[in-house]
Amino acid sequence: MKDLISGLNKVFDSRIRLGIMSILMVNDSYDFNSLKESLNITDGNLASHLKALEDRGLIEVKKQFIGRKPNTSYNITTEGIQLFREHLNALEKLIRTH
Amino acid sequence: MENNISSAEDLKTIRKIMEDSTKFLSLSGLSGIFMGLFAIAGAMIAIFLIPGNWMILFNESLKTSTNNGTSAVALKLILDALVVLVLSVISAFYFSFRKARRSGKAFWTPVSKRLLLNLFIPLIAGGTFALILIIQRHGELIIPVFLIFYGLGLINAGKFTYSEIFYLGILEIFTGLVAALFPDLGLLFWIIGFGILHIVYGVMMYRKYEA
Repeated sequence: MKDLISGLNKVFDSRIRLGIMSILMVNDSYDFNSLKESLNITDGNLASHLKALEDRGLIEVKKQFIGRKPNTSYNITTEGIQLFREHLNALEKLIRTH
Repeated sequence: MENNISSAEDLKTIRKIMEDSTKFLSLSGLSGIFMGLFAIAGAMIAIFLIPGNWMILFNESLKTSTNNGTSAVALKLILDALVVLVLSVISAFYFSFRKARRSGKAFWTPVSKRLLLNLFIPLIAGGTFALILIIQRHGELIIPVFLIFYGLGLINAGKFTYSEIFYLGILEIFTGLVAALFPDLGLLFWIIGFGILHIVYGVMMYRKYEA
């Protein structure tokens, strides 16, 4: 049992974090507003989850200006890809063994 | 085991989010059908505009600078094609927008922007090339060029939406190449490529994903 869940990562416990990681896995980068629309959550909620993932080094923030408007976009780090893959494998294993 | 159910659901959600963020699935078969109908209507108007037998005079009518009055026909034909283009773009946007709204999805997303960019690069190249062909008096190649570049655009856009678009693109290119072999029959290949192929594709897509 211990072996089964060892790949599951606490940092991905929340659905929203799973959503953020899923999007960033398959897109080179994604901006804040588009993330918000895709996941259908509030600014504050999204920002706090993004902060948590950023603090763990799983995603990176890029702030820039498009014209005069500030634009914040995110991309996944190599470590993020690796940890998320392990998490997905663990989820799959968990399903297959039952 | 409850944990098991939620893992399965998590995986399903993850897969769906990954697909939704990389594929624009709000394209509607209905826009294909309407684009096809507009193209055929446009061709009928063109046949009506061309004085005499269109099979013989179609290319002649596209020449903008002759002194026997055909340039007026050329302008009318160009206007006709532009109206078809505008109506087609409007119907593509309208039905996609409607489908997105009905399924509660966003219409203007990073993936829909990427789709448009990838579609329009070949289209703008083709449109500009067609303009040059008119200036260089190679009007007989305009329809093959439209078909070929449109097909390239679809293949390019296919990465960001239903994969069936890819095969429609191949067929459009093929139609364009055959059309280039029979320059006098441009209008006929216009009807096949932009009319019939669109309608068949639209009906297939509608029945597969929307009916």
